[in-house]
Amino acid sequence: MSASEVFQGQIRSPFYERMAALDTKSTWHTWKGYTTPDALYCGETEYFAVRNATGVFDITPMTKYRIKGRDSLAYINRLVTRDMEKIKPGRVAYAVWCDDQGQVLDDGTIFHLREGEYRLCSQERHFDWLMTNAIGFDVSVTEETAEVAGLAVQGPTSYSVLKNMGIKGLDELKLFGLMHVDFEGAELMVSRTGFTGDLGYELWIQPDKATALWDALFAAGKLYGIRAIGAHALEMARVEAGYLAPGPDFLPAKATVRTGRTRSPLELGLEWLVDFSKPNFNGRRALAEEKRKGSTWRLVKLDIAGNKIAHSSYIFDDASASKKNIGFITSAEWSPVCKQNVALGSVRTPHGKVGSTVWVEIYYQREMHWSRAMAKATVVDKPFWLPPRRSATPPGPY
Amino acid sequence: MTDKYDAIVVGGGHNGLICSALLAKAGKSVLLLEANGQVGGAAVTREFADGFTVSACAHLLYQLQPSVRKDLKLKPKLAADDMATIALAEDGNHVRIEGPSVDGVSAEDAKSYREFHKRMARFAKLLNTFLNKTPPRLGTKNFEDLAALARLGFDVRRLGRHNMQEFLRLIGMNIHDEVTERFENPLLKGAVCLDAVLGTHLGPRSPNTIMTYLYRLAGDFGRIASPSGGMGSVSEELAHIAREAGVTIRTGMPVKRIIVDNGRVVGVETSGGDRFDSYTVVSNADPKSTLLDLVGARHMEARFTHRVHHLRSRGNAAKLHLALDGLPDIAELSKRDFAARLVIAPDEHYVERAFNPAKYGESSPEPVVELTFPSVSDDTLAPAGKHVMSAVVQYAPYGRKGGWTDAARAEFEAATIRVIERYAPDIAKRITASELLTPLDIEEQFHITGGHWHHGELTLDQFFFVRPVCGAAQYRMPVDGLYLCGAGAHPGGGVSGAAGRNAARAILKREKTA
Amino acid sequence: MKTYDAVVVGAGHNGLTTAAFLAKAGLDVVCVEKNEYIGGAAVSRELYKDWMYSNCSYVCSLLRPEIYRSLELHKHGLQVTPYGGSLQFLQNGDYFGSYHDAEAAYRERARFSRHDADSYERYSADTMRQCRFIRDTLLRTPPDPTSFKRKDIKELLAIGSKFMEMGEDRMYETIRFWTMSVAEYLDEYFETDAIKTAFSGSGIIGTALGVHSPGTAYVLLHHYMGEVDGNAGTWGVARGGMGAVSKSIAGAFQAYGGELRTESGVDKIMVRNGKTTGVALEDGTEINARVVVSAMDVKRTFLKCMDRSDLPAEFHKRVENFKIRGSSGKVNIALDGMPTFPALPKGSVLYRSDMHFIDSMERMERAYDEWKAGTWSKDPYIDCVIPTTTDPTMTPPGKHFMSCFVQYCPHQIDGRAWTSDEKAAFGRTVIDQIANYSPDFKNLILHYEVRTPQDIEAEIGITEGNIFHGELTMDQLLFNRPVPGYAQYRTPVGGLYMCGSSTHPGGGVMAAPGANAAREILADLKRPNTVPENFGDD
Repeated sequence: MSASEVFQGQIRSPFYERMAALDTKSTWHTWKGYTTPDALYCGETEYFAVRNATGVFDITPMTKYRIKGRDSLAYINRLVTRDMEKIKPGRVAYAVWCDDQGQVLDDGTIFHLREGEYRLCSQERHFDWLMTNAIGFDVSVTEETAEVAGLAVQGPTSYSVLKNMGIKGLDELKLFGLMHVDFEGAELMVSRTGFTGDLGYELWIQPDKATALWDALFAAGKLYGIRAIGAHALEMARVEAGYLAPGPDFLPAKATVRTGRTRSPLELGLEWLVDFSKPNFNGRRALAEEKRKGSTWRLVKLDIAGNKIAHSSYIFDDASASKKNIGFITSAEWSPVCKQNVALGSVRTPHGKVGSTVWVEIYYQREMHWSRAMAKATVVDKPFWLPPRRSATPPGPY
Repeated sequence: MTDKYDAIVVGGGHNGLICSALLAKAGKSVLLLEANGQVGGAAVTREFADGFTVSACAHLLYQLQPSVRKDLKLKPKLAADDMATIALAEDGNHVRIEGPSVDGVSAEDAKSYREFHKRMARFAKLLNTFLNKTPPRLGTKNFEDLAALARLGFDVRRLGRHNMQEFLRLIGMNIHDEVTERFENPLLKGAVCLDAVLGTHLGPRSPNTIMTYLYRLAGDFGRIASPSGGMGSVSEELAHIAREAGVTIRTGMPVKRIIVDNGRVVGVETSGGDRFDSYTVVSNADPKSTLLDLVGARHMEARFTHRVHHLRSRGNAAKLHLALDGLPDIAELSKRDFAARLVIAPDEHYVERAFNPAKYGESSPEPVVELTFPSVSDDTLAPAGKHVMSAVVQYAPYGRKGGWTDAARAEFEAATIRVIERYAPDIAKRITASELLTPLDIEEQFHITGGHWHHGELTLDQFFFVRPVCGAAQYRMPVDGLYLCGAGAHPGGGVSGAAGRNAARAILKREKTA
Repeated sequence: MKTYDAVVVGAGHNGLTTAAFLAKAGLDVVCVEKNEYIGGAAVSRELYKDWMYSNCSYVCSLLRPEIYRSLELHKHGLQVTPYGGSLQFLQNGDYFGSYHDAEAAYRERARFSRHDADSYERYSADTMRQCRFIRDTLLRTPPDPTSFKRKDIKELLAIGSKFMEMGEDRMYETIRFWTMSVAEYLDEYFETDAIKTAFSGSGIIGTALGVHSPGTAYVLLHHYMGEVDGNAGTWGVARGGMGAVSKSIAGAFQAYGGELRTESGVDKIMVRNGKTTGVALEDGTEINARVVVSAMDVKRTFLKCMDRSDLPAEFHKRVENFKIRGSSGKVNIALDGMPTFPALPKGSVLYRSDMHFIDSMERMERAYDEWKAGTWSKDPYIDCVIPTTTDPTMTPPGKHFMSCFVQYCPHQIDGRAWTSDEKAAFGRTVIDQIANYSPDFKNLILHYEVRTPQDIEAEIGITEGNIFHGELTMDQLLFNRPVPGYAQYRTPVGGLYMCGSSTHPGGGVMAAPGANAAREILADLKRPNTVPENFGDD
């Protein structure tokens, strides 16, 4: 019956040929079965493209589900912690969803495509959970990961690039807005979203138009410093923007074996996404209880002294001999644009209040030898990088 | 028009009646709504043929909790009490079981049965203390839960070292191994196996059947009775007690939905469009229909909904009612013996073979049968000289492949009659009318999902701490103000009343602390 | 006459493990074996010229790495190599493969159901959680819940607190997991019959229960809690066949100064004044020892090798009632070449996997119904491995050895011995089922050996040929294994211990019972412990 076996290697996205043509490094890794570049030319250079011009990242491997049906709003409202009633068609919501214990399964974006029709886009796969949630609701949930190709077009000149490409209506498109435009007879969805904390867009198109879209985009961006980027550059931008990634910063609860290794949205600094005025959503009871009793963990954004990157470091309450281990770093980068040593970490409450000082034990290697430094760090509130252009409407031609 | 009650009980089965009566006795204003024209749920008496009435579902009383009798001063009128069980033999060498004694078996078997019964009664007694408790929650630091857990441990330890070892070993075991280790006589083995599997989706070889056997024994410790006027009379008496206590009972009022507003229960709406308000709604319906149909998934969290969805309640027990123009002839069976409980389960393998097809959605070609002729001791049930046979017949799987078509029903009824004919050759000739209730009929007529005796399979993975589902074993459902008081809640089904009584206690206690 | 510190009866992997740890502690130990070869059921035998047969146990995963490391088994020739995946042939000509590569496995499941492709992650995490819970108990002696001894209470509290650590919801899930059937457990995760069937096999292997019998979900753990080098759930083959496992443990034992005697079947365990004094061999030789350790199953130990009068009546009765059921047989085949399976794409990695030829839960359960009725399954569950695709040393180059584990196969047919015709028919059942999926299979067969539970019992000595030395049902696990009150490797007879798979944690070539027994014996003898602890948190 099956003449051929399921594909055993890494899947190539519709943009693969174009990326491969630009590739000088041959360093790729697998992302949910797709092959994705670490960097195509140089991670640093690509990072600066995002911050100074436009970086283009292939987000096709992001898992995508289409949710529609009579109960779609009620369904999504029970699924996620925030109030989706407020997200009208044409809007996108960053959301987080939990299991019944109030532990985070994942975060992602929900696009209200048309009245009653949504796309949920996330790092992890959730078909099982989405179907579990569908019991008793009149909704249909279909996975469309492979049916929708996606490109993140991020950076200060991204508005100009898209405008130059001939896309109309960008002036009115606010942050977390989406619109549909025609691209060579196909429907192109443009959303003002991204994972870099900068001005930027995401483009969504059917796979057979992917190459044409790439070509049009790069032709339009030629004068605006457009550059294809890999995961390395994106990761630097992500941490600067203070965004969480499943894996390093929290573990999707469904795949976590050990008790206590998961996190609630309250513990991840996402309380603003939890709307207790909704009478019911997954995790509500547990989260209300947690709010009453207090959380165990707190996600912190750390501004660390010095320039030694705090990869995999322990966090202590002070630097004395009687110091207490209060947590660990989950993501760390040197921020070239802020010239700051930045990190995200998980610390036990009551430690880690905004403005407080903690100490980070950093091991670093210089020419084979390892050294250890105790670096002072301040817990900060705002993302390390949050330029006004990110949300300016209409965006300027920076 | 809306009326406001302290509590509304949905469904007037015996547990609903008991729960409402106890709430009313505690001074609450209680409204009980029953879908059918009479109260009782599966504990009702109905006329199934001209002049012939019968206990439509449950037909024997053996589990009614002494605690319920005491709390409600309930004294059911019995047509027959301390009924013997007679395991029928084709050749007339029947085995007669009465309490701890057995007739018709070897002296060793009789001795062995006495020991077996004594030990089982001891364990059933222990189990019975659990049946009358609200299961504690695990993993909380709540003093009450910890104390209840400690108490449980203490109760088990109190058995003494030897019995405790035996209890911990037996509780997960199957009845087949136990009877084959102990007894020689096939009829005795068959009868014990039958008792362990009645009302379940299990065969004698299925682990867990010692537990179901003990469950059956708990309550009245093997004492079996038949109420005068059928099981409906027990419900009538309960309804009377409830009314006396001040409960408003309204029949013919099917509840369409339990209204939830802003995360809490505020009342119910009937299919007639009547609305009744209360911040406490207690459902006697099974967990699946209560939560998935009456409340609705959107008011519950997803994993919880999933668990309810996966609750197993595949009924296998059918009821067969025969109107007879006289008692059939059964070899070596006296008229007096017809007042006993007769079982057709010639050996343990027979019971297992009857179960096999149920796993594949097929009914037993040779079913096991629990037979009673209630009219023998109660002349109100049939015209003079005529008789009623009421039988529980297994296995008739709810999810029968191809459905319960007329042909399928006729086939199963014929198979049952054929089996009975082996013992009562003239039975077919004596039938003037018959009624077969498959689990599907039971679901439709008594509103029990899957037509399951216990509203949900009585296996260890759906028992005590985790009955009906994880996180909801304390009668309180995860929608504020919603409670479960039926067989789907701890401890399970049978005309026992433990669920109703425990639920009432949990509700009253909750009110006090809230 | 010489008096040994200890005599171990039976040179299976557990007996050898106990012997090795005792010898390592400096004891003077002799291990006696009835057969002319060692290994018990972990054995490689040349049953056809130049072909090594793993003719009983055939794959390896559960062998505790702590023991492997502690006895330095690599120095005595043991090498375990993981092999890839598992495979299910479907009646419609298709197949379902479980690939070692997670993404390939995902895509393969998605071919049947997107839902099942995804729900596997939850299944895997939930099952792994249970594995971790039980894995922690493997190298521990089960506490007696009825005892008030400090050690028991402490150990009980340790398990209790491990349970409590899971948190409320997972505690409930654990209760359910331990009591439900594998079919119902899988129903909560998967919708595709073929996929459920593929995973259900591990719930019934070696067990006289069907996939719908309560308690079978737990049995999954006995196939998932293993590992090869930290890759949980992975199975491997021992280089040179399963005999390499026993041989290496025997090597360690002898390196510690232990004495091994084959062709020395024990006739009687000698008891005087409630204490053992040694064993009497079938040839009349007596071996005196202060401690006797039996690696035989409990029934054989107490009912065949002891006088009834030497045991308390209650204990004797409980041993009689201990359930060891023959439920599986084996067909071992020498092949002239690699059979082809037209359903499989050429060159598929699945040729190296565990193969199965049954595709529905109903077929699985019906196979059990036949066993209940006293005969072998006519449409059996076969766990078929061709270890030579991973370890070519077992046969001449290009040739293969195929091991078929077959369920269900009763110890007796309708309560009487197997006839040779029936045995041949059983063998044909297996070969025919495989041949349905491989047209050239029959022509490649050079030699084959059919083993019913009766044959395994006769040769290896395990009662009813049961691979676990006793059913893994709740009434026979942990503190109930083998007998309540005697789950700590001791017996009612002073100086007599049990170390076989009838004791906690059971069979599966784990060597854990052997190690645990050694620890208890050394404690009683007030000798320093040589038995390693769990690695922990893995």
